[in-house]
Amino acid sequence: MTTNCKSLASLIGTATLFATLAGCGGPQDTATTGNMADNSAGNTAASGGAAPAGGQLTGAGATFPYPLYSKWFDTYNKNKGVRINYQSVGSGAGIQQLKNQTVNFGASDAPLNDEDLKEMPAPVVHIPTVAGAVAVIYNLQEVPKLRLDGQTLAGMFLGQIKRWNDPKIAALNPGASLPNRAVTVAHRSDGSGTSYIFTNYLKAVSPEWSGQVGAGKSVEWPVGIGGKGNDGVAAVVKQTPGAIGYAELAYAIENKIAYAALRNKAGQFVEPSVASTVAAAEGASAAMQKDVRAPIVNEPGAKAYPIAGFTYILAYKKQQDAAKGKVLTQFLNWAMTDGQGMAEPLLYAPLPASVAKLNQTTIQSIQ
Amino acid sequence: MVAEPLNQKSSPPGERPPGGSLKAKRRGFFSTVAMDNMFFGATLIFGASVLVICVLIGIQLWRASEPAMARFGTGFLTSSVWNPSPDDPTKAVYGAWPFIWGTLMSSLLALLLAVPIGLGTAIFLAELAPRWVRTPVSFMVELLAAVPSVVYGLWGRLVMVPWLQVRQDWMSTNLFESLQGWEQGVARVPGLGWLADYGPSNLVNGAPLGQSMMAGALILAIMVLPFITAVSREVIRAVPPSQREAAFGLGATRWEAIKGPVLRYARSGIIGAIILGLARALGETMAITMVIGNSDQPSVSLLAPASTLSSKLANEFNEASGDQLAALMYLALVLFCITIIVNAFARFMIWNMARTVTGTARE
Repeated sequence: MTTNCKSLASLIGTATLFATLAGCGGPQDTATTGNMADNSAGNTAASGGAAPAGGQLTGAGATFPYPLYSKWFDTYNKNKGVRINYQSVGSGAGIQQLKNQTVNFGASDAPLNDEDLKEMPAPVVHIPTVAGAVAVIYNLQEVPKLRLDGQTLAGMFLGQIKRWNDPKIAALNPGASLPNRAVTVAHRSDGSGTSYIFTNYLKAVSPEWSGQVGAGKSVEWPVGIGGKGNDGVAAVVKQTPGAIGYAELAYAIENKIAYAALRNKAGQFVEPSVASTVAAAEGASAAMQKDVRAPIVNEPGAKAYPIAGFTYILAYKKQQDAAKGKVLTQFLNWAMTDGQGMAEPLLYAPLPASVAKLNQTTIQSIQ
Repeated sequence: MVAEPLNQKSSPPGERPPGGSLKAKRRGFFSTVAMDNMFFGATLIFGASVLVICVLIGIQLWRASEPAMARFGTGFLTSSVWNPSPDDPTKAVYGAWPFIWGTLMSSLLALLLAVPIGLGTAIFLAELAPRWVRTPVSFMVELLAAVPSVVYGLWGRLVMVPWLQVRQDWMSTNLFESLQGWEQGVARVPGLGWLADYGPSNLVNGAPLGQSMMAGALILAIMVLPFITAVSREVIRAVPPSQREAAFGLGATRWEAIKGPVLRYARSGIIGAIILGLARALGETMAITMVIGNSDQPSVSLLAPASTLSSKLANEFNEASGDQLAALMYLALVLFCITIIVNAFARFMIWNMARTVTGTARE
C-alpha cells in the first residue's frame, strides 16, 4: 500500500517537474508561432475571395502601440478590405519573427542597433509610426505638483538621493512641503520600450548614469523594486508612500496616478502630454533626416517634454512577395496620412509633418 | 525515473495470465494476447515519450545557450553582474548567481514555513479529525491546490504585500535595533566576535518595501502548502491499521502511535510530498514575479527585493535577442539541472528510506 502511494507521489512529482520545464520552454514557443501565422496567411490568400481589394498581412511585435495598431487594422480592414493579423508578443519576439521571415512586418519600441541590423538576412527599414511619452509617476500626498530635472531624477534612480527632503529636490520645488521620507525607486523588471526611452533620457542628462548603468530595454538597475509591466510599477508606486517610478503616459492618465513636470533642455518645466510629445518629436526631425533611428529624448524647444520616443514598424526593403509588398506599402501610406488622426484620442502623439514626409520617402523605397 | 512505473504497469509480452487460456480461444484482433501486446506497446510509447521530451528539452536548452556558455563558461554560475545594455553594447555581461540564490533561498524558506504546517494539517486530517471536519477541510485543501498561480500573485500584490509592509516597518526598526544590541553584547564574548558582522540582524536589514524575498517565500509557502498537505494526508491514511493497533496494544498513547509507527511507516511518502512541494516552489513563476521585487542585486536580507531564475526568464524573455537570449536560455538550463538534481536526490532519499523501513520492520 505504501509503495503504491509512494509511486503515486513520485509520479505526481515527475509530472510537476515536467510542468515546470514546459513552463520554462514556454516562451520559446512564441518565437515559432510565426509559422502558424504564415500558414494562416497562405490559407486566406488562397480562399479569400470575400474582400474586394483583398490581401492579408501578418505582423508581430511591440505591445506599447497595440491599442492604436488594432484600431488602425480594424478601420483599414473595413475601408480597404485588407486583413492585418497582428500579434503583440513584444518587440524582441517581433524582431525574431521578422528575422525568420515568418511575418510581413515587425514592430518595435526601440530601433535596431547596428549590430542587430547586421544580423538581419536583408536590409530592413525603420518607419516611426507614432510617438509616446514616458511619465515620471510618484506617490507623495503632500506634493500634488512635483517638479524634477534630469540630474535629480538620475540621482534618485542611482540611489544617491535617498530622501524626499533632499536639498536638490527642494531647490526645484520652492514652497512645497517635502516630507522626510525615503525615496523608493520602482522600475520595470521586464524588458520594455518604456525602459528604453526612460534610460536613454537618464543617459542623455547624466554622465554618471551613462557610465554606471547605460540605456536599454533592460538594464542593471542600481536600486529599487522591479515591477512587471506598467501595472507592476504602478502597483509599487500606489502602495508605497515616497515611491517614484515611470510608466507610459496613457497608463498614468487612465489610472489617475500623479506625474511630475520635468525641466527640459530649454529650462522650462513641462508636463507630459500629447502636445508636449509632438513638440519633442518636432525637435528631433532634423536629426532624423540623417538617421531615422535618432533618439528624441531631451529635445530642444520650450514646449518639448524630454522623455519621449517613437515606436517603429520594421520591414524588409526588398519584399519577397511583390504583391504582399504592395499591400504593405499601401497600408503604411494610409497609416502616415489618415491613420495619424486616430493617434491623439488614444494619447499617442501623431508624427510631425516633416517625419511623416520622411516616412513616405522610406515607404516608396520598399519594393 | 520513468522506468519504474512502466515496469509495474506492463507485463512482458507473451506471458499470459494463468486464467487467460479459456478466453484465448477467441482469435484475431481482439484476442487477449493481441490486446496484451497492444497495451504493452501503448504504455511503452507513453512512457518513452516522457523520457524523449525530457531529453529533447535538455538538448534544446543546451543548444540555445551555447553562445552564452562559450562566452561565460561556468563563471556564469557565480557571477553576480547582469548588465544587458552597458554603454558599449559589446561589453554586456551576464551572471546567474543572484537568480540561483533567489530560487534556492525562496524555495527553502517556503518549505521551512510550509512543511510543519502542512504536515500538522495532514496528521490532523488523517488521524485526529472527526469526519465532519475532515471531509470539508480536505476538500478545501484540494481546492487551494487548484487555484491558478496568477490569482495567488494578484492576492499577494494587493493584499499580502501591503500587510507585510507594515510588519516589515517594525522589523526594519525595532527588531533590527534590538537584534543589533544583542549581537554587540554577545560579540564581546571571545570567539563570538563574528556575530557583530554576521549576526541575524542582517536578515532584517533594509528598507521596508513590502515586495521582497520575504513576500516571495510567503507566497510560495502558501502555494506549496496544499500539495504537501494533500499528499501527506493520503500517505498517512494509507498506513495499515495494524500498525496503529499494534502500537495501541502495547499501551502507546495516540501521540506515541502517530509519532512512532505511523509517521515512520509513511516517512518516504511524506518526503515525496515535500519534494513535490519543492518542485513546485522552484519552478513557480507568475506569483513570485509579482511579489518578489525583481532586483538583480543578491542580498541576505529578507526585506530586500530579489529575483529567481524563473522570474528573470519571465521578465526578460519577450524583449531579449542575441547574447541576452542565450544567457536567458543558460538560466533555463541551470533551472532544468537544479530541478533534475532535486528530484534525483529525492528519489535517492525515498529509496534509501524505504530500505531502512523494511529493515526495521524485520528486526
